[in-house]
Amino acid sequence: MASTPWLTFAIWTPILFGLIVLVVGDRYAAQVRQISLLGAALGLAVTFPLYAGFSTQSGAMQFVEMANWIPRFNIHYSLGVDGISMLFILLNSFITVLVVIAGWEVIQENVAQYMAAFLIMSGLMNGVFAALDAMLFYVFFEATLIPMYLVIGVWGGPNRVYAAVKFFLYTLLGSLLMLVGFLYLYDKSGGSFSILDWHKLPIAMSAQLLLFIAFFAAFSVKVPMWPVHTWLPDAHVEAPTGGSAVLAAIMLKLGAYGFIRFSLPILPDASHQLAGFMITLSLIAVVYIGLVALAQSDMKKLIAYSSISHMGFVTLGFFIFNAYGMEGALVQMLSHGFVSAAMFLCVGVMYDRMHSRMIADYGGVVNTMPKFASLMMFFAMANCGLPATSGFVGEFMVILGAVKFNFWIGLLAATTLIFGAAYTLWMYKRVVFGEVANQHVAELKDINAREFFVLGALALAVLAMGVYPLPFTEVMHASVNELLKHVAVSKL
Amino acid sequence: MNFVSPNLLPAYPEIFLLVMVSVILVTDLYLPERLRYVTYILAQLTLLGCGFLTIAVGFATEGHVTYTFSRMFCADVMGHALKLFAYLAVSTALIYSRAYIADRNLFKGEFFVLLLFALMGMMVMISANHFLTLYLGLELLSLSLYALVALNRDSAQSVEAAMKYFVLGALASGLLLYGMSMIYGATGSLEITQVAKVIGSGAPNKVVLVFGLVFVVSGLAFKLGVVPFHMWIPDVYHGAPTAVTLIIGTAPKLAAFAMAMRLLVNGLLPLAVDWQQMLVILAVLSMAVGNLAAIAQTNIKRMLAYSTISHMGFMLLGLLAGVVDGNWLNAADAYSAAMFYVVVYVLMSLGTFGMVLLLSRAGFEAENLDDFKGLNTRSPWYAFLMLLLMFSMAGVPPTVGFYAKLSVLMPLLAAGQTWLAVVAVLFSLIGAYYYLRVVKLMYFDAPTDTSPIEPGLDMSVLLSVNGLAVLALGIMPQPLMALCFFSIKSL
Repeated sequence: MASTPWLTFAIWTPILFGLIVLVVGDRYAAQVRQISLLGAALGLAVTFPLYAGFSTQSGAMQFVEMANWIPRFNIHYSLGVDGISMLFILLNSFITVLVVIAGWEVIQENVAQYMAAFLIMSGLMNGVFAALDAMLFYVFFEATLIPMYLVIGVWGGPNRVYAAVKFFLYTLLGSLLMLVGFLYLYDKSGGSFSILDWHKLPIAMSAQLLLFIAFFAAFSVKVPMWPVHTWLPDAHVEAPTGGSAVLAAIMLKLGAYGFIRFSLPILPDASHQLAGFMITLSLIAVVYIGLVALAQSDMKKLIAYSSISHMGFVTLGFFIFNAYGMEGALVQMLSHGFVSAAMFLCVGVMYDRMHSRMIADYGGVVNTMPKFASLMMFFAMANCGLPATSGFVGEFMVILGAVKFNFWIGLLAATTLIFGAAYTLWMYKRVVFGEVANQHVAELKDINAREFFVLGALALAVLAMGVYPLPFTEVMHASVNELLKHVAVSKL
Repeated sequence: MNFVSPNLLPAYPEIFLLVMVSVILVTDLYLPERLRYVTYILAQLTLLGCGFLTIAVGFATEGHVTYTFSRMFCADVMGHALKLFAYLAVSTALIYSRAYIADRNLFKGEFFVLLLFALMGMMVMISANHFLTLYLGLELLSLSLYALVALNRDSAQSVEAAMKYFVLGALASGLLLYGMSMIYGATGSLEITQVAKVIGSGAPNKVVLVFGLVFVVSGLAFKLGVVPFHMWIPDVYHGAPTAVTLIIGTAPKLAAFAMAMRLLVNGLLPLAVDWQQMLVILAVLSMAVGNLAAIAQTNIKRMLAYSTISHMGFMLLGLLAGVVDGNWLNAADAYSAAMFYVVVYVLMSLGTFGMVLLLSRAGFEAENLDDFKGLNTRSPWYAFLMLLLMFSMAGVPPTVGFYAKLSVLMPLLAAGQTWLAVVAVLFSLIGAYYYLRVVKLMYFDAPTDTSPIEPGLDMSVLLSVNGLAVLALGIMPQPLMALCFFSIKSL
C-alpha cells in the first residue's frame, strides 16, 4: 500500500496532462478537450486508492512519502494525508472533472490554455492538501494563484482585470506574512520545515500571538473571513463559471485547511486566547454577510456572499474546540464544495444562454427549462441546509457544537438557517418561478446531456452526503479527535 | 638583482582574454563588412576559451585561494563561479543583441571589443585582492560601459545618458578612492586581506576608519545602483540602446557583488557593525523607492531600471545579515544567499531584456509597456516565457525568484531582523503589482501591434532555455544554492 506513491500521482497526473494540453495547443481544440477530460478523469481515478486504502482507525498521516528536495535548507518533498486532508483531494479531483466538462462548449477562445490552467491548478491544490513540509505547502499554496489569476483575467467578465489583480495582491499579501512566520518557525525549531515537527514545538505566548496573526493574515484572506472578504465577490463575479466553481469549491478551503493544519495545532495557546475574536468574526460573517447577500441583485454576487457566510460557519466550528464543531466544519467544507460549485454552474448554465447574471433579467425560467429548474431547486435547498442534503449535516453539527460551547453563540449561528433560506429561496423564486419575464427567457432551451451530467453528478453527491454522511465522517473521526486532543494541551 | 617571476596561473583567463581582445581588435580592422560576423564568432570563442581556462584554473588550484602578483590578485572559488556566470551572461547578451545591433548599424568591431574589455574589468574586480586592482578593474569596466552607452552616437538620448553616467560614475569613483585612501591612512595597507588583519588587531583609529568606510560604501552603493545613489540607473537604462542596457543590467551586477564581498567582507569585516547599519538604510530605501517608482513607469526599460534598484536593495539584505553581535556563524549563509540572489537576478534580467529585444525590430523600439499588449495572441510561447520571468521577478513560487527571496530572508530572520524581513516582503508585494501588470498586458489585452515575431534560431532557443531555466531552477534550486554556498564557504 505504502509502496505506490498515490499522492504523487494525484498531484502530478493533472499537471502533466495540463502541460501536454498546452503543448498540443489551440490548433487541435477538439483533441485538447478530450485529453483534458482524460487527464481529469485519470487524476480522479488515482485518488480512489487513497480512500480505499485509508485506515479509519488511525489519526496519523498515511500514504507518507518523503524525499530530499532542497537539502541546503532542509526542505523535503514530504507528503501525507490524514482524515482531514484526504477527502479534499478527492473533492478537488472530482470538481476538476466537472469543470472540464462544464467548459466543453462554452469556452471557445484559448481552449488549451483554459483547460491547462484548471488541470495544473487542480494538481497544485492537491499538493497543498498533501504537503507535510511547510515550504512545499507554501510553494503549492502560492503557485495556485498564477493559474487562477489568468483564468479570471483572460476568460472573465468586463471588469476582470481589476478583479484578477485584486485577487492576486490580496492573497499574496496574506501569504507573504505567513512566509515570514514559517521562516521564524524554521529558525525556532532548529532548522526544520516539517509541519509535524512544528506541532510538537513549544513556543512562547508572545511569539504564538504574532505567528497567529501572520497565519491569520494568510488564511483569513483565503477563507475569506469578514472583513478581508471583499476580493471574493469581485473575483467571483468576473471569473468564468469554471473559475468561480473551483474558487468557491476548493480554493476557499485552502484557507480553512490552513487553520486546522497550522494555526490550531502549532499555536494552541494563541488559538484559545484569540478564540473569542475568531468566533466574533465568524458570527459577523454568518449574520451580517447573510444579510448582505439578501440585498444582491447579481446572482453570482449573491452566491459569493453566501459562500462567505457559509465559510463563517466553518471557522466558527474550528474555534469552539469540540468534536461536533470540528467535524461539522469539515463536513460543511465538503458540502459547500459541492453545493457552491453546483450553484455557480447553475448560474453559468443560465449565463451561457442569456449573458446576464442579473436577477431582474430573469423570471419564469421553470416554464422553459423544467429539468434545470428542478436541479437548481435541489441545490438551492441544499444551500439553505434542508435536511437530507449535505448542507444540513454540517450546519446542524456546528450549531450543536456551538450550543454546547455557549447557547447564545449557537443561537446567533442558527440564524443562518433563516437568512440562508431567505436569500437563496428569494433569489430562486425571482429567477425561476412566476410568469415568463421576457422574450429571452421564453426562448431558453433546457439543459443538454452534458450539463445534465455535471449537475446530476453534483446532485448525487449532495444527496448521498445528506442521507448517509457516515462514509465521510468516519474517515475524519480519528484525525479530528487527535487534533482536539493536541490542541487541548498547552505548548507554553 | 632579484626578480621573482609571478605565478601567472591564477590570471590565465584574464591574460587569454587580453590577448584575444587585441587579436579581435586587429583582425576586425582588416575584415570587410560582409565578414563582420567573424568578429562575433571570435568573441564567442573567446568567451568559451575563458570558460575552459577558468574551470582549468579552478581545478589546478584545487579550490584553494591562490594569490599572485604580490597578493594583488587572487583566485578563489567565488571568483571562478562569478566569472563563469559573467561569461555566460555576456555570451547570452551577445546572442540576444546580434539581430538588434545589426538592424541599427551598430554591428561593428567596437561593440565587441568594448564589451570584452568591460568583461575584463569585471574579471579583474572579481579577482582583486588589493584596493588598486579593484579600482583598476572598476575603471576598465566603467569606461568601457560609458563608451558602449554612447555607441549610437547619433542618438541624443544615448549621448545624454552616457554623459550622465560618466559624470556620476566619475564622482562615485572619486568617493570610493577617497574612502580607500582614508582606510589606507588608518591601516597603512592597500591589500585587502592585510587591511582586515590590521583592523582586526584593533590598532587603527576607529574614527578615520569609519569615515573612510562611509565613502567606500557610498561608492559601492553607486555601482550597485541603490538609493540614494540610484539616479543614473533609470536614465542610463532608458537612454542606452537596449542591447547595451541588457549588458549593463546583467554581468556588471555580478562584478558589483564581488566588489562588495571583497571590500566589505574580505576587507572590512571587523567593521561589520558599522557597515551593516548603513546597508539597512540603503536596502530599505532602495526597496521603497524602486518598487514605488516602478509602478508609475510606462517605459519598460525604466520600469526594469527601478526594478533593478529594488532587487539590489533586497540583495543587500543578505549582505547585512552576516554578522550578529560580533558572531560570524551566520556569515556563510547570508553571503551565499546574497550571491544566489545576484546570480538569479542576472538570469531573470537577461531573459527580460531578451524579451524586449525580441519585440524590437528594424526601425521599431519595443520600449513601452504597451508594446507587450496581447503578446499571448501574437505568440503564446514567448508570452509564457515572459510570464515565468515576471512571476520570478515578483518572487512567486514555483519560479526561482521565490527561492532567491527566500534564501535572503532566512539568514535575515536568523539574525533576528524580523521587522526588516516584514518590510522586505511588504515591498515585494508592492513590486508584484507592476510585474503583474506586464502579465495583464500580455494575456488580458488585445494586441495593438500584429507584426510577426521572427527571431533567429539561436535567439529563440536560448530565450526559451533562459525562460524555462527560471522554472527549472525553481523546481530544483538545490544545485545552484549549493554552488553559491560552496563558493562563499571557501573564501
